[in-house]
Amino acid sequence: MNVYDIVFYLFAALTVISAFFVVTNRNIVYSAFFLLFTFFGVAGIYVLLGADFVAIVQLIVYVGGILILLLFGVMLTNKITNVEIKTGTINIYPAVIGVGLLTGSLLAALINTSWRSVPASAPQATTAALGTILLQEYALVFELLGIILLIALIGAASIARREA
Amino acid sequence: MTESVLINISLAILFLPLFGFVVTLLLGKKVKSIYLFEVFILTIVLISAIVLAFGKLSYFIDHKIVSEIEWFRLTDTIVIKLGFLIDNLTVLMLFVVALISALVHYFSVAYMKGDERYNRYFAYLGIFTFSMNGIVLTNNILMMYIFWELVGLSSYLLIGFWFEKKSAADAGKKAFLVNRIGDLGMFAGILILFLTYNTFSFDTIFQSISAGKIPFNSEFWLTLTGILLFMGAVGKSAQFPLHVWLPDAMEGPTPVSALIHAATMVAAGVYLTVRIFGLLTADAMMFIAVIGMLSAFIPATIALTQNDIKKVLAYSTVSQLGYMVMALGVGAYKFAFFHLVTHAFFKACLFLGSGSVIHAMHHEQDIRNMGGLRKKLPLTYATFLLSSLAISGIPLTSGFLSKDGILASAFAFGSLTGYWIFAVVGFLVALLTAFYMFRLIIITFHGEPRDHHKYDHAHESPFVMAMPLVVLAGLSIFIWYTPNPISADQGWFLTKWIETPELHAPNSTRFDFMQSEVVAETQQVAEHNSSHGEITYSEKYTEAMHSAHYPAMFLSLFVAIAGILTAFVFYQWKKVNVEKLTASIKPLYNFSLNKWYIDEFYHKTFVAGLLGLSKIIYWFDATIVDGIVNGSATVTRAISTFTGAFDKYVVDGLVNFMAYLSGFIGLIFRRIQTGKVQTYIVLVIFSIIILFFFF
Amino acid sequence: MMEVGLNHFLVVSTLLFSMGIYAIVTRKNAIMVLMGVELILNSANINFIAFSQFGNRGIDGNLFGLHGHLIALFVIVLAAAEAAIALAIVLNIYKTLSTVNIDEIDNLKD
Repeated sequence: MNVYDIVFYLFAALTVISAFFVVTNRNIVYSAFFLLFTFFGVAGIYVLLGADFVAIVQLIVYVGGILILLLFGVMLTNKITNVEIKTGTINIYPAVIGVGLLTGSLLAALINTSWRSVPASAPQATTAALGTILLQEYALVFELLGIILLIALIGAASIARREA
Repeated sequence: MTESVLINISLAILFLPLFGFVVTLLLGKKVKSIYLFEVFILTIVLISAIVLAFGKLSYFIDHKIVSEIEWFRLTDTIVIKLGFLIDNLTVLMLFVVALISALVHYFSVAYMKGDERYNRYFAYLGIFTFSMNGIVLTNNILMMYIFWELVGLSSYLLIGFWFEKKSAADAGKKAFLVNRIGDLGMFAGILILFLTYNTFSFDTIFQSISAGKIPFNSEFWLTLTGILLFMGAVGKSAQFPLHVWLPDAMEGPTPVSALIHAATMVAAGVYLTVRIFGLLTADAMMFIAVIGMLSAFIPATIALTQNDIKKVLAYSTVSQLGYMVMALGVGAYKFAFFHLVTHAFFKACLFLGSGSVIHAMHHEQDIRNMGGLRKKLPLTYATFLLSSLAISGIPLTSGFLSKDGILASAFAFGSLTGYWIFAVVGFLVALLTAFYMFRLIIITFHGEPRDHHKYDHAHESPFVMAMPLVVLAGLSIFIWYTPNPISADQGWFLTKWIETPELHAPNSTRFDFMQSEVVAETQQVAEHNSSHGEITYSEKYTEAMHSAHYPAMFLSLFVAIAGILTAFVFYQWKKVNVEKLTASIKPLYNFSLNKWYIDEFYHKTFVAGLLGLSKIIYWFDATIVDGIVNGSATVTRAISTFTGAFDKYVVDGLVNFMAYLSGFIGLIFRRIQTGKVQTYIVLVIFSIIILFFFF
Repeated sequence: MMEVGLNHFLVVSTLLFSMGIYAIVTRKNAIMVLMGVELILNSANINFIAFSQFGNRGIDGNLFGLHGHLIALFVIVLAAAEAAIALAIVLNIYKTLSTVNIDEIDNLKD
């Protein structure tokens, strides 16, 4: 049990437990805040996997962008006077059974599979290397993503502004 | 310049007007000045046609350029092809069509100004030019038929262009229906050819005929095929007895009359006959000659008394087309085509001139309200006069050359076969033509104005209208066709540009003078006469033509001058009291004025006959057929009572049971279809798990 | 407890995935469904990066190296775009139907 393992278990616990609260809490705002911790835990796991740049992007985009968007969504679609912003649940029993079975089988499958893995290499700074790959091999994808973001921006604006 | 260049130019000539049509039609409502595009396209087409004619006649004068692509194949042996045939006839005809079409476009810019469907008018002109070029360029009779119907369509659209006027809409319908009668014959002819030769291509058909293969192994059927194909020409070229649509077609705009109903489309019938000339037998040619003779004579007599300026010209057109057809019938192949070209120019000039007059007189068409216009419209008068001299056959004009050729051929035909009637009628019609054309000129342009109000407002036409008149009148002078103003025989038009047709019909079915002699001898004759523009069928024919030449020329000159003088005596100098004269021959006058009562005759017979027939059929339907139907209905009812019971209890029971069953199953499965996405996802998850465990 | 390796990360990822599915299936609120989708995307990202790090060898014997990272980045970008569009749609639905509860939105059913 070295430090790496301890840190991993801490982050894994943070991620899984807060994710559990996200999906079970009845108050949407609480859920959103627990989602923050989940994303944070996932970012930690990225760091443990040697993906420093992705971890930072995770924090900036997810926590700084998507989560804020989701919170705005919550605010805009509930009446302000309604202090308790709650959400109901449906399909509890079939969902519990189905998801349980699915999780069990997935876990069984991945544990019983002998992955052809190599020991983890020592973490290095990835930012410069990523930049090089991104603008060489993935230049086209990079451009396409830019266009997709632009289209999404315009599309979101036009959909949201459309008069009902 | 190579052949492929010529083919590409022809493609451009064919498809540019179509392009202009599409663009003008689509943008017509949006862009006010899109008609300029169509006019521009026609200018390019005209230039291309000139380049094509120049290239063909200078570099490939002896070549027949054929370009074909496969369209589709019915079986391995029956292949339908699309193709071009570019020979001298084609390029000359293309030049005529392109030139007149372009000039009519320019003319229309001013003439149609202010019309609410201005752009659509130009679009229609575009599709007409496209289809006409198609007829001229094609090398097979199927494509020709397609384009044939397309010109029929554009003619219909343009005759009925002012469809708010009931007479215009009716005239369009009449033209369309009358043309269908002729086209039916043509279609039957095409079918016979296709059944026999499994191809539509002219060349292949001619070769097979030369090789001795004729429809149903019977000369009668070959004759019939020729006559049936000629029926198409009868309809399109307004030959007797289907000529009735052309005068009515004058309801269309006047430039359209000039383009379609005088110069090009109506000449398509003659062009078709020229194309199929090789397969005509003596009997078929006799038939054609008789039709042509009647069509030359009857409208000429009608034109004597008409008072509508366009009607006179329309009947004159039918009469001149009759000349061409008669020329083909008597074997004067070259002169028929020659007259087609010269007539196209001077008749287009006459129509555009009449358009200029009508324009100046604010859409007045009755010549009794005109008079004295010479002073107001000097340019129109000059061009009109020149064209009238051409149509009357006065020396120094193109009309003299071509008409004289036709008359000489008819004369020669008479001396060879003994059928003098064609020559006699030909000279008679020449007399009548000169008379009625100058009657028209004198009443319209000379004398005192009869309607002073309109006369005072008359004005010479603007440049775009005057320019086409001058060009067309210029082309009515002899110099374009031959250096010798008396005879066209040595001119380049007849010696170099038009070849003697190859005859393919079996020898036994031809006229005596058209029998091909031993091949070597024929060639000798051809070489011997190559300096002359005469048709070289045989020695006999050449001799007859030689001896007919001078008598025919002097006689035709004499009758033309006689006709003109008579017109002057009657209408200019008023030496004869015309009204008294007409009164004394009232029945004849009325007979001519009412167009020989042909329309009335058709109404009484065909139209009334059809109505009567439909009444009889209706009666037959109402009593006998209905009686049978009612009788059988009673029987049926009895049977159906039994079957009804069977149906109700047995069949219906089964059907109802099936319905209940499916309803029941539906009730069960409808629970699943909640319309809630999440329920579906749960089902998806379970399905995935099941798949997971099974595989 | 064995040393932390590939499997550990995969287990975390699987758990996140299951909870994402659970959220999508059970929560009525459309925004909660979106959160579930985000969880699933995150679990997929963990997988990409874990395999990238623990180097499942490719066909040509080379490590996947940083390509997994890049795929993860692309997923994040697409997630951002998806969230923007989805929220716009949710807002529109709210304006039209005055509710964002998915179980009440079954207008197409009839």
